[in-house]
Amino acid sequence: MDQIAFYTISAIILGGGLAMVSSRSLVHSVIWMVVSFVGVGALFITLSAEFVGVVQIMVYAGGIVVLFLFVIMLVNLDEVRRMEYLHRQWLPAVLLICLLIAELGFMMWAGSQDSPLPTPEQLDTTLRGMGGNTETIGMALYTQFILPFEVVSVLLLVAMVGAIYLAKKHI
Amino acid sequence: MGAIGLSHYLLLSAALFAIGAIGVLVRRNVILVLMSLELMFNAANINLIAVSYFRPDLTGQIFSIFTITVAAAEVAIGLGLVIALFRNKDAINVDEFNLLKG
Repeated sequence: MDQIAFYTISAIILGGGLAMVSSRSLVHSVIWMVVSFVGVGALFITLSAEFVGVVQIMVYAGGIVVLFLFVIMLVNLDEVRRMEYLHRQWLPAVLLICLLIAELGFMMWAGSQDSPLPTPEQLDTTLRGMGGNTETIGMALYTQFILPFEVVSVLLLVAMVGAIYLAKKHI
Repeated sequence: MGAIGLSHYLLLSAALFAIGAIGVLVRRNVILVLMSLELMFNAANINLIAVSYFRPDLTGQIFSIFTITVAAAEVAIGLGLVIALFRNKDAINVDEFNLLKG
């Protein structure tokens, strides 16, 4: 059962990503990006990270996608469509990616030779003893991780001010 | 098809990261480069959540919340830069930006 779920969700994520990277129209790319992000959110929920899964769908498939659509509507679409859509360096880039895949695969293989990968343990039951996923995350965020939490909120404020300044008429 | 282990999730995340890297390196449109960057962020998040599931420890989930926040900030700044560049240079292809070229 969880095998079917995993392979279906993986196909959705990877297919959405491939279609996003390869489609010529920017609006189609955004739609495929939503497909991929919703797949990632579903994967998080199957990994018993319900809170992060819902945050993923709300922030990515909600906020970020709308931001991208706004900007795509602001720039001139007809002009973009007529232009060549691949960079000059595409052949070295593809070779580099093949090297990256080989490197990651080798590292995974070498790591699994040293020590066997861990088997699934029940995060669910551990969490349920502590009151559930969202409650535990909220507790940890406001006690153990209070400093990073505050720092990241300052980062969001800085990003907001910076984005408003950058998008002004005259810089 | 054996049981789904940690290596399956690591492979999925590596594949998603490679797709995102191809998008960053190959496409000319700067908006699509930013979108591919988001794909790579998602690949990192899959790793964090999967490891947090297989070694029961909530820290991975909390760290991925911080990653999502930083990604949102990065998109806001990046799209602001795209708008400013489009206004000043009337171009959205990465190889047409050469303001820093000596």
